[in-house]
Amino acid sequence: MESKIGIIVAREFNERVRKKSFIITTILAPIFMVAVMVLPVVFTLFSFSEEKVIAVVDESGIVAPKLESDKEIIYITDSDPIAEVRKREDVFGVLYINKDVVKNPNGVKLYTNDALPIFIEASITHTVKSVVRDSRLQSYNIENIEAILADAEVNMTLQTFKNNSNPDKDEESASATTSYILGLFLSMALYMLMLLYGQAVMNSIVEEKGNRVLEVMVGSVKPFQLMFGKILGVGAVAVVQLLIWSVLVTLISGVLMPSLIPADMMSEVSAMQAGTLDTTNAHFDMDLIQTISVISNVWYIVRIFGYMVLYLIGGYFFYSAIYAAVGSAVENIQDAAQLSNIATLPIIFGIIFEMSCIQDPNGSLAFWGSMVPFISPMVMVVRLPFDVPDWQVLVSLAILYASCVGMVWFAAKIYRVGIFMYGKKPTLKELAKWAMYK
Amino acid sequence: MIMNLVEVEHVSKQYSNHKALDDVSLEVPEGTIYGLLGPNGAGKTTLIRIINRITAPDTGIVRLNGHPLQESDIYNIGYLPEERGLYKKMKVGDQAVFFARLKGLSKAEAVQRLRFWFDKFEISDWWNRKVEELSKGMAQKVQFITTVLHEPKLLIFDEPFSGFDPINANMLKEEILGLRDKGATIIFSTHNMASVEEICDNITLINKSHNILSGPVAEIRRRYGKNRYSIGFTGVIESLESAIAEQAIVLPGESLGYANITLNPGVKLREIIPAINDAVEIKSISEDIPSMNEIFIHTVDEYNENHSQN
Repeated sequence: MESKIGIIVAREFNERVRKKSFIITTILAPIFMVAVMVLPVVFTLFSFSEEKVIAVVDESGIVAPKLESDKEIIYITDSDPIAEVRKREDVFGVLYINKDVVKNPNGVKLYTNDALPIFIEASITHTVKSVVRDSRLQSYNIENIEAILADAEVNMTLQTFKNNSNPDKDEESASATTSYILGLFLSMALYMLMLLYGQAVMNSIVEEKGNRVLEVMVGSVKPFQLMFGKILGVGAVAVVQLLIWSVLVTLISGVLMPSLIPADMMSEVSAMQAGTLDTTNAHFDMDLIQTISVISNVWYIVRIFGYMVLYLIGGYFFYSAIYAAVGSAVENIQDAAQLSNIATLPIIFGIIFEMSCIQDPNGSLAFWGSMVPFISPMVMVVRLPFDVPDWQVLVSLAILYASCVGMVWFAAKIYRVGIFMYGKKPTLKELAKWAMYK
Repeated sequence: MIMNLVEVEHVSKQYSNHKALDDVSLEVPEGTIYGLLGPNGAGKTTLIRIINRITAPDTGIVRLNGHPLQESDIYNIGYLPEERGLYKKMKVGDQAVFFARLKGLSKAEAVQRLRFWFDKFEISDWWNRKVEELSKGMAQKVQFITTVLHEPKLLIFDEPFSGFDPINANMLKEEILGLRDKGATIIFSTHNMASVEEICDNITLINKSHNILSGPVAEIRRRYGKNRYSIGFTGVIESLESAIAEQAIVLPGESLGYANITLNPGVKLREIIPAINDAVEIKSISEDIPSMNEIFIHTVDEYNENHSQN
């Protein structure tokens, strides 16, 4: 009996893992995600955009000297009247600064011969604003105004630490912002895996029912073995995919990142991880140091992914059982799409609910959300980067796994009846009735 | 004394809007080939699904080897459904091995037996092709092999000949006869009446959810054939007609010099032979055994007429 489930699991697993699409998505997805994060930085470092020449007609005489040309924008001053300059076609645009710009900054105008890139607009606005602000400040005739302003400038990042019993060693600092982003990112990954693989179970049952494979199979296998074997096999694929991703991410964070990041920056990162960083002497942007220190902390990453795999398994079993029951009850994918909302909507509700929980990751809403099985995978995964107490994770997992057993049992009762029902699409009420059959 | 392998007793099955089977009974002797005939939608597939334990009857009982059908019995049944039950995206060989292992064969044994059958059907080079690349008839060969591979005692084929060209249909016929000779009992549903005459030992004709005709093929054909003769002669057909006008109806035969005569009730052939002999020169007389096709159409029409009146 056990070995029949094994044969089915092996078939489901092998057929899926050998598919080109699986190999491609498993390897390309992390590369794609890294690319999404890295490419914008690369583009700003090595700008490929051609330089744009802007002719400046400055009637006030105070803005033009402050406009600094760089790799992308070249400013040239033009003393001709604005109406003449606007006829020039050899420049990208013409910037007109009105005479009373300090009193009336809205008189500044930019005429362009082409579509205006957003960074030029931002750069010009920024320069004009600061020129106007400076000259307004100077009109107050306060001595050392620049030194006073520089002194008043505040630049800080709140350093956060977990308050543990050993005050000398404030380890495991975790920025709320980094955890927030990491949590959302993980829960989105979980959401996609649960939805994709849950629906894969459903679609493949609909297909087996449609092409009558099931009728042949029941000659040798019990319906429960069929359903459970399929859920296990497809689930194994999901876990393998997540494990491959975890290994890739761990490698990137533990090996690749430290070797890529400059040594002096890395020493500050290590200092931050050890809680000994002297922030007043830091050379690098504190936000960046903090983010890197979180994601290059291998154990932190391993712990999060470890729990995430457990939640993926639990959430997947819970929902794929529902998807299996739905798949067994209908005859084609179109009918399945509607009925599958009984699984899809709670998952989406979980995502919405987790957004509220993440505002206060250890509040009572988040706590109770973690205990309700149909949303706990999403809620808990979003909380994981925030150092959830282990006992909460264990209780939540226990509730989730117990509900899975119940849900699989319930789904099997519907499945057993559903796979041989043809004709009208059943209602929820009929599904409930099937589950009551002896 | 031949045992009945399958006994269907007073089986009825009601679906929400129609009755698929109404009090159907039949007996399948062990080691024989049993044909299930009937128009489309008559209830054949429902009956097959009940014997397979895919659906349960509302009332009535199915016995296998004398005891009520139970779950473990279906391991001894090989079932070929009408719509082909194969995974489209899976390779033919992998798939056949998968089904064989589910039926309890070891992987090595499955491969060995499959190689034998694939060679026999001359489809060895399909092993690594996907099912979706095969035509309907090709997929059916594969399905047939997976059905019989574990050598079950009872084989049930739903429309096994549909989708086959005459050559392959003939090959399938030979295989079915071969399986019976090895001791298997075979039930199959079909519209192919020629195959019924050639290979079925017994049949049941199901029409509008009722069993309207059951029995050994030879006996049924003889029963329907009584009082009909084909006569070959030299002479004029009109003189033959007038000579026996009181005892029989004479119709022209398939070709010149032949006539079909149907005796009136109570008339024996020997009683009219002298009259025929006087009218024409007899060259041959043979009993006209109707084809299953004729019996099928005649019986179904008669049943429908009788039951549309009330």
